[in-house]
Parts: sequence; structure tokens; C-alpha cells
Amino acid sequence: MSQITPEIVESHGLSLEEYERVLHALGREPNMVELGIFSVMWSEHCSYKSSRLHLKKLPTEAPWVICGPGENAGVIDIGDGQAAIFKMESHNHPSYIEPYQGAATGVGGILRDVFTMGARPVANANALRFGRPDHPKMQHLVKGVVAGIGGYGNCVGVPTVAGETNFHPAYDGNILVNAMTVGVADADKIFYSAATGLGNPIVYVGSKTGRDGIHGATMASADFGEDAEEKRPTVQVGDPFTEKLLIEACLELMATDAIVAIQDMGAAGLTSSSVEMATNGKAGIRLDMNKVPCREEGMTPYEMMLSESQERMLMVLKPGKEAMAEAIFRKWELDFAVIGEVTDTGHMVLEWNGEVVCDIPLGPLAADAPLYDRPYLSKEEYKAWAQIKPLGEVPDSADVGADLLKLMATPNLASKRWIYEQYDSQVGADTLQTGGDAGVVRVHGTKKALAITTDCTPRYVYADPYEGGKQAIAEAYRNLCAVGARPLAVTNCLNFANPQRREIMAQLVHALEGMGDACRALDFPIVSGNVSLYNESKATGGGSAILPTPAIGGVGIIEDYATMMTMGFKNAGDAIYLVAPDFWAKPDPTRSHLGKSRWLLDVMGRDEGRAPPVDLQAELGAGSIVRRLIAAGLVNAVHDISDGGLAVALAEMALSGGIGATALHNEAYTAAQWWFGEDQGRYVVTVAETNVDAFNAILAEGPETEAASLIGFQRLGTVGGDAVLDVALADLREAHQSFFREWMEG
Amino acid sequence: MAGFRAAVVTFPGSNCDRDMAVALEKVSGTAPIRVWHGDADLPDRLDFIALPGGFSYGDYLRSGAMAANSPVMRSVKAAAERGVPVLGVCNGFQVLTEAGLLPGALMRNAGQNFICRTVALGVENTQSLFTSGYENGATVHIPVAHHDGNYFADDATLDRLEGEGRVAFRYLEAVNGSQRQIAGILNEAGNVLGMMPHPERAIEQDHGGTDGRALFESAVRALAGATA
Repeated sequence: MSQITPEIVESHGLSLEEYERVLHALGREPNMVELGIFSVMWSEHCSYKSSRLHLKKLPTEAPWVICGPGENAGVIDIGDGQAAIFKMESHNHPSYIEPYQGAATGVGGILRDVFTMGARPVANANALRFGRPDHPKMQHLVKGVVAGIGGYGNCVGVPTVAGETNFHPAYDGNILVNAMTVGVADADKIFYSAATGLGNPIVYVGSKTGRDGIHGATMASADFGEDAEEKRPTVQVGDPFTEKLLIEACLELMATDAIVAIQDMGAAGLTSSSVEMATNGKAGIRLDMNKVPCREEGMTPYEMMLSESQERMLMVLKPGKEAMAEAIFRKWELDFAVIGEVTDTGHMVLEWNGEVVCDIPLGPLAADAPLYDRPYLSKEEYKAWAQIKPLGEVPDSADVGADLLKLMATPNLASKRWIYEQYDSQVGADTLQTGGDAGVVRVHGTKKALAITTDCTPRYVYADPYEGGKQAIAEAYRNLCAVGARPLAVTNCLNFANPQRREIMAQLVHALEGMGDACRALDFPIVSGNVSLYNESKATGGGSAILPTPAIGGVGIIEDYATMMTMGFKNAGDAIYLVAPDFWAKPDPTRSHLGKSRWLLDVMGRDEGRAPPVDLQAELGAGSIVRRLIAAGLVNAVHDISDGGLAVALAEMALSGGIGATALHNEAYTAAQWWFGEDQGRYVVTVAETNVDAFNAILAEGPETEAASLIGFQRLGTVGGDAVLDVALADLREAHQSFFREWMEG
Repeated sequence: MAGFRAAVVTFPGSNCDRDMAVALEKVSGTAPIRVWHGDADLPDRLDFIALPGGFSYGDYLRSGAMAANSPVMRSVKAAAERGVPVLGVCNGFQVLTEAGLLPGALMRNAGQNFICRTVALGVENTQSLFTSGYENGATVHIPVAHHDGNYFADDATLDRLEGEGRVAFRYLEAVNGSQRQIAGILNEAGNVLGMMPHPERAIEQDHGGTDGRALFESAVRALAGATA
């Protein structure tokens, strides 16, 4: 009699075709433990079966890349024998079901990915997308997610220094919580996951295994049904205190010469960590399930293998190092158990009560894993499906100041102070900047600093997945340049809806093409990332897909942080310049400048037009010029122009510096185009009066590169006074602060 | 000052211990001794003891309650009674109140949320060994980062603290609901200071301000004066 019925297969999230593959890989019918292991390893979350073909198109190499995608996190060289290790990961579904724990464990998981490789985490960042603020669940979700991120990151003592938060109705039933961690390690002390050395002990450390999170990876790989609430038991519970102890214990052990390989137990817990370690080491693995530290009585091997209990790691030690390692973990009051050994069988064998309860050949588990070339719409078909048309007639702004005030008070452009004050942004005493274009932290004990930013403009990606993918990379690049950093590499978190729909697959494929082209042009490779699909929900009655949201985490380096730049206006009398591609400065009736802009959406109520195109050579040129001016000490404030256009950029610089400015309208444009257009590749810079001659001399020297020759300068105005575009700073500040205050505390 | 013999205690879950050690070394010129909470004995001849910020034992019970009972705290109490300067910052302040070295308690912030921002403080007592480097009535700007910083004591205790000049720092803005906006207090003898703001995060220009520096300088100078 068959133990495995079609219903059991379906409840494990496997299709019948995939189950046939299981039978092929195993050469027989699986038992429940084996089926459970196949189901999580072949889930979208762990196998990337719908995205893998297209992820291969991303550039992942540069001379400074030490380790690209495939390990727990990406590793780049930051000079002086040091490396930065970083990754971003999603925790979307759990955060919708249980926002505090979902977000908290998202932070915990990404921290582990980074310290697993030998790095001390030095900064956290995040990218959050919520639905309409007036949605009945949204205030609860925002409060829970923010408290969860803070509750975890604050306790482990890693400063949260960067982030972005958007609101859009498309996220009403499926919010996005993407967390990023950056760590620093010695470049010759990086730890990898490949289990090697026949007979070497396999060691379990950290918290005990409980029944929480069973099938989390499978849940994260399916649409939300009406029963989202019932899935609460699949959300894990975080313990940041244990994580803090685990960080210290692991780093203490890593300073010795005891570890062969190490892997955190993240999604799919003990299953994915043990399978990946053995597979990466081209070895086999034998585990004694009776030795796994358990929190609850009577747990079965099935439950132990599928549990997603947090704050656990798996290590392979060198022989004879067990006692020394155990002493370290005992000192930190953490569990330590030798639970198995590395074998040469190429099989994963689990024993329990003296019986073999699982015997899976690892080669076929990987080789037979499903890989889908899912059909997708062409760019033209997608445009037709999404009904994207050029922007028609748009009336001009009747009152620029009133429109600016209105924009600054919208949820998307409002000050996020209510959020970021709940994060400890200073712990470590190395934070140099938060709240500007990028977060900046010193590399402890050096003159170097790392700049970190998270970016994506989902409404652009929806309107034009290819240009939107480019724009996400370009904006991250711009934000790093704006603080004076040299952009080095990128991690991403690819949040999309159901890839079995051709229009969604088109969003994924075309966005990846755009990101790939941008990364290549900007020499800004992708070194780590995560894919989160099936982000759509029937829970709110709509069957609604999220906007395509390929969130980007960019990292750059400032060699001497004394040169770091900030965005606030500094002194009355400083000259304000626009740095922008020359072609933009020549009025061109074929370009709308306002398509998909915040002004069009929030002031005119029109969600229309094409996303702004991104000229990658111009981005490269503008970035190099800005970095050159910063390095030469000729500018004293820099800010990129993004959501809300030039007017919002000036307003943000004024609020940050506490001083106003006057600026002129270029009459070749309508007021709306000039002040609120969201054309790409632009920065605002300010020059002190004493530097104007030197600044002009540099400009007179001409461009250093071909890309830089695409860029021009225009004098915009002068810093000073207590108003911007004739709006008093006090009114601007009040508008900026009002949204969250009234929503959360009103 | 060479030979300034300070100790920084690390509890499980402390996360500002390194920052405190860096600040003490920057100001005094001597790296402090790092002490593990499980050590029953402190190093001898200490000039200064710091209990750093963080979330000792996760603060899953009351903040600081578990740490107040760890082995090292018996020695810290004994040292405080002998007159050794003891500074508790943030979680360290919570530990000091839980250990009975300072009166009152730190409750959940009035707004219920964690708060991280730089706040304005008034220096109320410039006679103590921690605050002699500040000018009388000075306003300083130092970051706070806490969830449980809402200082509470009964009126009699508060009146006594005020009357004896033991309020070292007072918030000049509404921060966390603290009684009488108290940010930091001294013990009766003046050698134990607990405060929620983080002076170790304000000792370099790159921190955005150096208003915390004078606190450490005061302590170093007080010792130099005592041994001169």
C-alpha cells in the first residue's frame, strides 16, 4: 500500500510532475521524511526553479569580488586585507501574517547569513513596502514590522543605518519586508559552506529545535489564500539575545583554527543547511537525529528536519577540536552537540532510534531539481497588457509652492522619522550618516567607511520592467556617489507575483535584463541576492499582484571618511548647481519628464505615462563628476534627484541643513516639468563662494571621460533665507512631519 | 592619563561594551580591562568601573534585573561602597537601579516605542567627579537609544534627589515620560552615576558632537587630582 497519496504530495507544495521527478531521483517511493526534504529543497524559495535561468544573465564578477552568489552572502575586497560581506533577503509572507516576529526573524536570518561567513555585522538596512495607509490592517502591520526590525537589530547591537518605505495599494494584501546586513571580515578569514574531510564531526550550535516554522519555505512559495491568518503557526519566533550570543561565540571560534565549514539554518532549517554543506563539499552526510537538541518532547525526524526554529548553525569541525569549540559555546550558554559526520557516500543518511529514516542521493536531489523556462510576454505584449501609453496633455502646475507642500506631506515623501527613530542607528559608535542619500559607517579602526543604500521604484518597474530594472540599479549607484563613495557591488531582493502568469514572468525577465545591463555599464556587479515569488493575495478579496519590486542594496566605499558628503545646505551664499545630462537640459518635446512621476500621481491623481528612461553612460558620467568634485573638496552638499523631482530635492536639502534657498525656473520647461519631472541621472550640488573659482576651473578643464562629456552644469540659485520656492521652511517641516505623526499618534 | 585603570563589564547581551572601552581609551589613553559578568572578582586597584548599554539577558525579565544578580555585581557593589567611581549607561543604569545602587526604576517609554535620537540635556550638577568638566547650567547634546528609559521614583525620593543635587542630567525636551525629565542621577556619595543618554557616542566630531567627552575627562581628572 502506498504511503504517499496525491493529497500528501499536494500538501507539500509539489506538483505531480515534480513528484515523478522525486521518484526518479530516489529510484523508489519516498517515505515522509524524504518527501518533506524534497519538498523544501525543491520549493521556489530554496531551488529558484522559476528564476534560475534568468538569474544567470546577471553580471557577478569584478576584480574586487571575492565571492559572488551561491554562498550565504556576497564578499568584496575593501582593501587593507579586509572584506565587506553582505546580502539582502525577503521575509514577506511571515511579516504579513505576524508582523513583529516576521520582520524580527527576517533581520535575524540575514544577520546569520553574514556572520556565518566570518564577518562581524556592522550595519543593517531595509526596504519596506506597505499598502494604502487607510487599509484596515495597515497601521497594525507598519507598527509591527517597524517594532520587529528594531526589536531584533537594536538588541543584537547592529545599527540600522539605511532604508526606504513605500506605500501603494498593490501591497494591501502582501507587504514586502526586505532586510539587508553588511559585515566586515579579514579577507583571509572567510568561511564557506563546503563540508569536507571524511569522518569530520558535524556540530549543531545555538538554540534548540522546536516545532515552529515547519514548512515556512513552502508557505513562502505559494500565493496567499483566504486562510492567511491560519498560517500563523508557520511563522518562526525570534530571540535576538541568543543571536547576539551566537554572533560572539561564532566569531570567537572563528578566530581559532577549528572550522572546516559553517552554514546557518535559515529557510528549511536543518534540511537545507545539511544538504547544501554536503552538496557543496561533494561529500555525504550522516546525522543521528537522536542527538539534535530539541525544545519539545516527542519530536519526529520529519519535524526536526523541517523546523525553522531560529538562531541555529551547523558546522563541520576539524577532528579533535570538539572540546575547545564546546567550551566556547558553553561559555556563551548555547547548545552544542555533535550530531553526525561527513561521509564519502554522496548520500544524506538520517538515523533515528537505530533505524535509517532517510537515505537520499544528493547528486540526483540537485540534478533532478525542477528548472522551469516559464513563458513570458514580449516587451511589446507586456506594454499592451499593462496598457502603458505615452503621457497625454498635462495641465501645468498652478502653484508650485502649494504642490510642493502637498507632495512633502504624502505618505511616500513624508519624513520617515517615526520609523527610523525606533532603530538604534548609532550603536557601534561608527555611524557617520543616516537619513541622507546613503547610510555611512566607519570600518572600525580605519579611515575607511562603507556607504549603504536600498533602492527601487516599483511604479517605474511596472510601467517598464526593463527601464525600471535599470533605474533601480542606477539610483543605488547615484545614492552612493552622492555621499562620496565609490560604488562597489549590489545585492538584490527580487519580489514578484506568481511566475506562472506570463505578464508576471515578463516583469521578472525584463527587469533582470535591465538590471544586468545597468550593472555591466556601471561596473557594479551583483554578488548576492534572494528571489521572492508568489507575492499576491486573495486575502483582501482582490487576487491582487504586488508591483514588481526588485529591491536593490548597494554598497560603496569611501577611502577617507573625512571626505564624506552630506545633503544638507550649509551656508548662506553657497551657489546651487544642477548636474545633469546635457541632452536633458535641451528642451525636447518628445520627452514628457512627468510620466509616472509623484507629482502626476499625487497632485493630479493620474497614474499614467512611461517610466523615465535611464541613460547608463550619463549615469556613469554624472557619478564620476560628482565623486571628483567631492574628492577635490569643491562642493559642500550633494543630493540626487529622484521621487518628486528637483523641487523635492531642494526641499530635502533645505530641511536637512535648516536653511532655505532661492532657485530659478528654466522657462523652456513648464513649471511642472522643471520642478517635478523625474528625469534620471541628476544631482544638485552646492559650492561655497570661496570655491567658485576652483569649481569653474575644474569645469573648464572639461570632461575626463567620454561619459562625463554627456554631463552639463546649470546654475540654479543660491542658498540662504528661510524658504524654498517661497514656501517657509517651518511650513515645509510641518508638512513633512505631519503624515506619520497624525497617522500613528493623532 | 597613563595608568587610568578602568574596567568595562560585559554581560551576555551587552552591546555597547566595545564603544565604552573605545571611549575610555580615547580619553584616558589607557585601554580598559574587559571583565566578564561571570567573574566573581573584579581586578584590584580599579579607578573606574563602567556598566555598558545593551540588552543584558535579552531584558526579557525587567531590563537589567537578571544582570543585577550576576556574580560580578557583588564585587561592583563592594567597589562602589569603597568609593570607586561607577558609571552605568542605558542598560547599565537599569542594572544599577535593579542592583539597588541607585534609587528608582526605568520603565517602558511613555510613547511605548524605542527611541534613538540626539537629545538636549541640561547639566544640573557640575560638582560631581563625572560632571566637573561641564559648565554650570550647560546645555549638551547626547544621543539616547532605549526602550525603557522612563525614570520613575516616588515624590519623596525625587524631592530628595533634587534637594541633594543628585540629578546630574535633565532632558530639556519630552523624551520618554521620565519623572521631572530626569536623564541621569548620582548616588548619595556621588561616586555612582546612572544615565540613559550615551556619552560614549558623543566623543568625536565624527559622532556629530563631542558633548560626552567632558564626562570621561572629568573622571580622569578627578582621579589625577586624588592621586596627585
